[in-house]
Amino acid sequence: MSDETKPGLKSPLRRKLLMGMAALPAVSMLGRPAFADVPATSAVNTTGLAVTDSEVTVGILHSVTGTMAISETGSVEAEKLAIEQINAAGGVLGRKIKFIQEDGASDWPTFAEKAKKLLVNDKCAAVMGCWTSASRKAVLPVFEQYNGMLYYPTFYEGLEQSKNVIYTGQEATQQIIAGLDWVNKTKGAKSFYLLGSDYIWPRTSNKIARKHIENHLQGCKVVGEEYFPLGSTQFNSVINKIKLTKPDVIYAIIVGGSNVAFYKQLKAAGIDLSKQTLLTISVTEDEIDGIGGENIAGAYACMKYFQSLDNPNNKAFVPAFKKMWGEKTVIGDVTQAAYLGPWLWKLTVEKAQSFDIDKIAAASPGVEFKGAPEGYVRIHENHHLWSKTRVGRAKADGQYELIYETADLVEPDPFPKGYQ
Amino acid sequence: MIINSRFFNRSELLGFLALAVLLFLVLPLSLDIFRLNLVAKYLTYAFVGIGLVLCWGYGGILSLGQGVFFGLGGYCMAMYLKLEASSVANTQIQSTPGIPDFMDWNQLTSLPFFWKPFHSFPVTLLAILLVPAVFALIIGAAMFKRRVGGVYFAIITQAIAAILTILIVGQQGYTGGINGITDLRTLHGWDIRTDHAKYILYFVEVALLFGCICAAQFIRLTKLGRILVAMREQEDRVRFSGYSVANFKIFAFCAAAVFAAIGGAMFTLEVGFMSPSFVGIVPSIEMVIYTAVGGRMSIFGAVWGALLVNFAKTSLSESFPQLWLFGLGALFIAVVLAFPNGLSGIWADHVQPRIDRLLASRKSKSAAGLIADGAPAE
Repeated sequence: MSDETKPGLKSPLRRKLLMGMAALPAVSMLGRPAFADVPATSAVNTTGLAVTDSEVTVGILHSVTGTMAISETGSVEAEKLAIEQINAAGGVLGRKIKFIQEDGASDWPTFAEKAKKLLVNDKCAAVMGCWTSASRKAVLPVFEQYNGMLYYPTFYEGLEQSKNVIYTGQEATQQIIAGLDWVNKTKGAKSFYLLGSDYIWPRTSNKIARKHIENHLQGCKVVGEEYFPLGSTQFNSVINKIKLTKPDVIYAIIVGGSNVAFYKQLKAAGIDLSKQTLLTISVTEDEIDGIGGENIAGAYACMKYFQSLDNPNNKAFVPAFKKMWGEKTVIGDVTQAAYLGPWLWKLTVEKAQSFDIDKIAAASPGVEFKGAPEGYVRIHENHHLWSKTRVGRAKADGQYELIYETADLVEPDPFPKGYQ
Repeated sequence: MIINSRFFNRSELLGFLALAVLLFLVLPLSLDIFRLNLVAKYLTYAFVGIGLVLCWGYGGILSLGQGVFFGLGGYCMAMYLKLEASSVANTQIQSTPGIPDFMDWNQLTSLPFFWKPFHSFPVTLLAILLVPAVFALIIGAAMFKRRVGGVYFAIITQAIAAILTILIVGQQGYTGGINGITDLRTLHGWDIRTDHAKYILYFVEVALLFGCICAAQFIRLTKLGRILVAMREQEDRVRFSGYSVANFKIFAFCAAAVFAAIGGAMFTLEVGFMSPSFVGIVPSIEMVIYTAVGGRMSIFGAVWGALLVNFAKTSLSESFPQLWLFGLGALFIAVVLAFPNGLSGIWADHVQPRIDRLLASRKSKSAAGLIADGAPAE
């Protein structure tokens, strides 16, 4: 309903503009070549999305209230920055991006409701959103049913592939295998203690890690595996077990606020991270903000992006982000992946010369984004991204220092053979 | 009409008709299917509300754990739908085809025994009603026979809600964990995701809702309903008169549980998934709030409360994504402070008298005996 009324509201204004232009033939002649490369709306939008001659509407769907707000705010900020930059550079197919923001409220059914609203009511041409796997699982049927396009930023467990989703974060193997190989090779690590919060992502990731350790690394073994409820703050018993088993590597996939308790208790128990190797795939600069750099200094993290990356794209991205959202903001792995969403969508639309979801889905494989802060990314046939895996070491100032990166882009493999 | 005139008094009949016109005619004709589906979602909470009116408003048993029963009903339905969606053909890529996807992720290789009955639709329907009823019976018997009541009972129901959430989240191989049971597609081979199906489901739900309203009204008007009110006012007197207070309480609690479970099952059908976020403490308290806003003494009030609060939730969060929770909170505080009997209290105190006066002035004065409808003082 709303997209029927919108052009109606606008048309008097447009008519006035046209009349003004008719009075100045010279101007209208000058204006014409500029409009010539803007393809007609009827040609680029055959399925009734919210695309007008001058505007295209996209949705932003994250939690800005509730327990996940602290994590998802960075993604919202990155997406808004990307949209502003794209608009400043001329928009998408000559159309400015307008966004509608909805709050998922850290509540999965709300995500489904809002996703439906963005697709059915607002006819969004694309939606940037979701963070947790649970929210993605909740909206996925909605996107498939109403044929929408979701750009999902978080590193996640894999085991999923959809025509209607572009996964701009890493799937599990991209984050795990290269990191384990690295720690095995450079640290000579043989025994691993796996920890995780108790839900699908840590469990699946640890399953892949265990298979890799047991089947692919020579003479390595898992000496323990434990899970904690989301939000748990009691880690003393597992820390005692770690002290007894003395693993070469603590492999930690603890998420959210639990991290604060875990690293503080680790330090209080006398485990010195400059001597004990700890590898995490769940602590970005955002989490360190809460944990405190001094509590986690020395730990290793396996990600695809660190704020401290030294490349021209990142050197432009970090100041632009801080200029828009304040000097004190930090940029974690997921925030960067969220920034890729609007850009990849723009590039895909321009490649397809259409906003139609089916055409975007078909055009997505092979789209490359050379301006990515992490360096260079390309969309794979399976709608995940080719990207490098990097290992960083946490410093007391809350930043990571890049220690290692894979030589080539790592192929995304959401259904890894031999790891299930 | 003869039955009706005794079954509902005049103002109740008016409320019944108004609600029927709204739900059967006005909303389906004026809303598009997306909004109508949202209304259907709101109405699933009305089932819980009706149960709470019986058990809290009339029986004086405040349960802060209705989400448990809502969730049990919803999970029973979701298990059936999930099994249907996980046919061998649909799950070829899994290591064990034919079991739900989340079991496969959690290294289960066969269907757990308690999932097996949910292959059958009739068994599922029975389970939706019986599982919550039996569970409520056990809790009720354990509590009320020991004369645990009031605040203690409310706290225990909260604890049960918390326990069940932790259980569901922790046993994710068997329950889907925090993700819940998602990607539900067909009911007995009928695709529930199409617009057409959503219309049909909406009308089925509204029909069920009126069924529940009538059932609740029936309970209210029998001797049983009067004993419930008597128990709330003077429990000891009822006991000394020779009634088994505990049994009546257990009955009210079980009835509320069954209503909530029907709502939960409809929720799964309307929304297409079920997750532990409807089972816990917060949603359970929200359900009590809907009832309080609507008016805990009024069956129709509970329906209106569920509709309006959820409508406010949706529209506030659409307009003010970052501030809506404050707005909603302010709304609750305002309603509770200004109108302790909720929306139905506003109706009974301010609107009804005016209508009566209007009618009385037109006819000869005959509008007596309407006071009985109002809530007795606390």
